[in-house]
Amino acid sequence: MTRADSAPLFTEGTLSTLQLIGYLAVAIALMVIDHRGNYLARIRWGMSAAIEPMYRIAAMPSQLANRTSLALADREKLTEENAELSRQLLLAEASLNRYRAVRAQNQRLQQLLDVQRSLGIGVQLAKIIHVDTDPFRHRVLLNVGADQGVQVGQAVIDAHGIMGQVIEALPNTATVLLITDPTHAIPVTIERTGMRAIAHGSGALDSLELPNIPISADVKVGDKLITSGLGGVFPSGFPVGEIRSIRNDSSGMFAAAVATPSAALDRSGEVLLLHVLPDPVGPPEAASLVGPPASLAGDAPSSSAPAASKP
Amino acid sequence: MNRTRANSALFWSSLLACYLLQLMPLPQALLPLKPYWLALALVYWALESPERVGLGLAFVLGLLGDVVTGELLGEHALRLCILCFILLRFRARLRFFPMWQQALAVFALLLNDRIVLLMVRACAGEPSPPVTFWLAPLTGMVAWPWLFLLLDDLRSRLRVRES
Repeated sequence: MTRADSAPLFTEGTLSTLQLIGYLAVAIALMVIDHRGNYLARIRWGMSAAIEPMYRIAAMPSQLANRTSLALADREKLTEENAELSRQLLLAEASLNRYRAVRAQNQRLQQLLDVQRSLGIGVQLAKIIHVDTDPFRHRVLLNVGADQGVQVGQAVIDAHGIMGQVIEALPNTATVLLITDPTHAIPVTIERTGMRAIAHGSGALDSLELPNIPISADVKVGDKLITSGLGGVFPSGFPVGEIRSIRNDSSGMFAAAVATPSAALDRSGEVLLLHVLPDPVGPPEAASLVGPPASLAGDAPSSSAPAASKP
Repeated sequence: MNRTRANSALFWSSLLACYLLQLMPLPQALLPLKPYWLALALVYWALESPERVGLGLAFVLGLLGDVVTGELLGEHALRLCILCFILLRFRARLRFFPMWQQALAVFALLLNDRIVLLMVRACAGEPSPPVTFWLAPLTGMVAWPWLFLLLDDLRSRLRVRES
């Protein structure tokens, strides 16, 4: 036991409370500074070459487990899954056909209205990395980052609805704050009535909270929530959730609703990053001149018809 | 000379492993049960080789933890400093405790750490966490004997090989 020789048996004397106070003061100062200015993001950016490999290594066991379960999946299960998938494909095909019809109709209507600007949505596919930085915060990491064009503030969706927004972009990874995080709030409208509300994260992956709804408001269980586009972070019109229950809040002045998120937040896999930026905050641009569509107005002697519309 | 080098290799690799364990994903239901591995490793090394562990090391390890997890800078540093201070104060007694009493002491340390974390989060204006927040110290207590035995075994193996 030569190990104990160098170490004093009683360490009380060498350990000063002053030292502790000093370190605590530094830690608290760092926290306050970081809370105000968010310098941690910059430090993380600088150290990303070291941090990102750690994330990949930490995610390896779960990837391995996934692959093993895939390899060991028995035949019966695969057949069942195949049947289920082909049924889903059929359904998807049917709804896709309907969508095509609607799109064609939409195109016709747009042309009719001479709408110049058609909404092109650019998306980027990303995969979720299985890393857990804190079980009580709802954040996920994506395998794309600033080098792939990810920016802070981009909305993240999956096949069913809004998942969250990018809050940090490292060179090759990005952190997404889910809509169910207790610190997150998203402006929504109720699809049926157009009423605006704000959906707060509840801290549970399967519910959103809508406090402070006027008691007289027309809200029912089963109402769909879509993004309103207000606030300038999320583009409008994407599904957010569905009202699950409504009750009066403790003060009795307002109703509070609980909604189930549309997106499959607890299931891992691929997500889409939206490139289309939401409508800018502020007053809209002045409306263009009202009149018949340019193609109809072509032969009429009108000074307002643009010269470019003539062949 | 060679032995201390092997020992410090074990020291640093155990800490690195703890960072990776801290980041390791778990099924959703098990997430709140994840012990604070970094604190457990720090407790072990503070008990067994206090010449390496001081408040400064706890602070630096905490800062690294903050950088890795992307939380508030200084949060882990504060937690580990407090933990390390209490631990070093009672080290002389804790070392000679039987295993189950040591595990209880570790539980108390981790519970105290949870309270510190709760205070920090409350000051940052975050809502109070769910009940499952308090489960992690329990699993930390359960994990402690195994971690202790594993690291002790590794160290004694190193010693045998060197001599």
